[in-house]
Amino acid sequence: MSRLATMLTARRGRLARDWTDWASLAYLLLGVLVMFLPVVWLFASSLKTDQALNAFPPTLLPWQPAQVAVPGHAGTLPLMRVTAGRFAGERLAELRHIGLVAQLLDPARPGPVLHIPVRDLKPVLHLHASWSNFTDLVRRFNFLGYFWNSVLITTLATLITLLINSMAAFALSKYRFAGRDAVFGLMLATLMVPPTIVLVPNFLIAARLDLVNSLWGVIWPGVATPTGVFLLRQYMLTIPDDLIEAARMDNASEWRIYWRIVLPLSTPALGVLAIFSVMWRWNDFLWPMVVLNRSSAFTLPLALFSFQGDLQTQWHYLLAMTVLTLLPVTVIFLFLQRSITQGIASAGVK
Amino acid sequence: MLRLQGVGKSYGTVSVMRDVTFDVAAGEFIVFVGPSGCGKSTLLRMICGLETVTTGRIEIDGKLANDTPAASRGLALVFQSYALYPHMTVRQNMAFGLENLRTPKAEIEQRVAEAARMLRLENLLARRPTQLSGGQRQRVAIGRAIVREPRIFLFDEPLSNLDAELRVEMRAEIAQLHRRLATTMIYVTHDQVEAMTMADRIVVLRSGEVEQVGAPLDLYNNPANRFVAGFIGSPRMNFLDGRVTASAGGWTTIEVAGVGAIRARGMLPVGSQASIGIRPEHVQPAPGETTGAAVNLLRGQAASIEQLGASSFVRLASPALNLQIQGQTQVRFGDEIAIFLPPDRLHLFDAEGVIAPSGE
Repeated sequence: MSRLATMLTARRGRLARDWTDWASLAYLLLGVLVMFLPVVWLFASSLKTDQALNAFPPTLLPWQPAQVAVPGHAGTLPLMRVTAGRFAGERLAELRHIGLVAQLLDPARPGPVLHIPVRDLKPVLHLHASWSNFTDLVRRFNFLGYFWNSVLITTLATLITLLINSMAAFALSKYRFAGRDAVFGLMLATLMVPPTIVLVPNFLIAARLDLVNSLWGVIWPGVATPTGVFLLRQYMLTIPDDLIEAARMDNASEWRIYWRIVLPLSTPALGVLAIFSVMWRWNDFLWPMVVLNRSSAFTLPLALFSFQGDLQTQWHYLLAMTVLTLLPVTVIFLFLQRSITQGIASAGVK
Repeated sequence: MLRLQGVGKSYGTVSVMRDVTFDVAAGEFIVFVGPSGCGKSTLLRMICGLETVTTGRIEIDGKLANDTPAASRGLALVFQSYALYPHMTVRQNMAFGLENLRTPKAEIEQRVAEAARMLRLENLLARRPTQLSGGQRQRVAIGRAIVREPRIFLFDEPLSNLDAELRVEMRAEIAQLHRRLATTMIYVTHDQVEAMTMADRIVVLRSGEVEQVGAPLDLYNNPANRFVAGFIGSPRMNFLDGRVTASAGGWTTIEVAGVGAIRARGMLPVGSQASIGIRPEHVQPAPGETTGAAVNLLRGQAASIEQLGASSFVRLASPALNLQIQGQTQVRFGDEIAIFLPPDRLHLFDAEGVIAPSGE
């Protein structure tokens, strides 16, 4: 909090605030709004009922027309505020409206039916969080199943990605062998091939390996990433060779050097790659859609997509599920970002 | 213990090490010394197996070890950078090698404790390398070598990262360690003072070749060539270049331009280029007034004077010559003084810088 205060009160000059201070604050505020408003709107909207979502003009918060129970009437009636005329300022329950005239009752003293022009009425709004959007996801749809699929794929794929990529990076950064740079160059070159081009060949391979509709079919094709190898290799280059030679003198096998020396010292880079991998996997849509076509194997993005029908979209469920989909990555990001900033390799070697 | 025979190394066509041959006896303290880039670290890494050997043989305990992997040679290397594992505690650093050998836990515990006691690291065992000072890291690096009970300790410029005071202290500690463990040690340094004070024998290297092997005082008193003569000893030896005018009966006279005739032991062909060397502490003030005709007497103007209290250094401008005088001196800047070069203290080198044969 104090850091936020420091940032907000920072000034260019020593004395008064310069116009550039205001300009930069305004610019930053704009940035915050652009980045943050959609997220806030999403969260707020996920608590709206379908009805409130379709209301015009749209509101930021989940405002809902208030309902009131009136003795002698089944169910509830919408509550209206009278803005003009004899009953101005009173709150009345609306029975029905016929043409431009509404029939209302006083909910406290349900006596005679009052006739008031519609233009003098305004619905009374109150804040109402529609948690049922979320609970329905679990009760009526197989949300937990999709969630589990997504978690499983993300976790396993990230672990395998870290393992395979770090092994490749270790070899490429710490061993001298013929063709090393060629291999590395070739690997980086694959970055230039758009994934959509290899989509069909990949699918054919997955189909041949009987991986269609299996979670492994989603996991395997993406575990070796040139980006990950590149990232880790660049980091491992900064680990002094002396450490590896010292371990070699210490009778450590190459596997042990990798496992006990190189991996622990690469944790900052591994953390970065883990974040990337989690985000890629969690948000991945195209490849799971190609491989998984049975609804029980769907991941969250696929399930989200299935809420969007051709004729009708259940926006309130879609938004609630989007929120639930966003939350885990956000939490993981907060958790792992510390390891990015942590540099430990330079410690033992002066 | 360790025998090197014609050991050489080349990268492609570039030869960085040629025909290195010497023996190391068990329990000896050997120092490799030479200017930077002379190949002393490469040689050490070849001995411990981190670099391949192109030609020649490296034998450890009589067995050819050229292709033995580093870990199985039974040697321990203390790196210049210490190379401590930054993510492990001191205890884990020292135990790592033994764990890899599947040594029983109790024995690891005992050996680490023993090494820690020897190196006064008991209170630091739970710390990480970042939390240690330079000298402490150095001791941990040595401790990591000790626990493995190696046949030979190898040190690669271990003190170069320490400040001067700590360096002297650690030097004494390593020397003491050598006395206590009585293990063979090979020590690489570019600092000839370290070499002189610690070594049983010194191997002087220059651009991938051994210049001379011998005990410190041997090298000091009888350098085999001009390079060794100039490298060993501080302050540096003085050199005067000239031409041989006479050479007979084990004595040679050379004419140094602007100085005159100088006689020294050794035989060289008349007319050839030669140089003589004399250490600053051997240059003497001339006894009494001198006559120009006397041998090995010369005069020069004092260009700078350094009074250290216990001794004084005077630098003559022409000929360029340093002399060290015991105690304090009355010589002032600009004074012309006469000096005497004792013939038996002179070293005579031929045109290639090799010491002149005695001719006996």
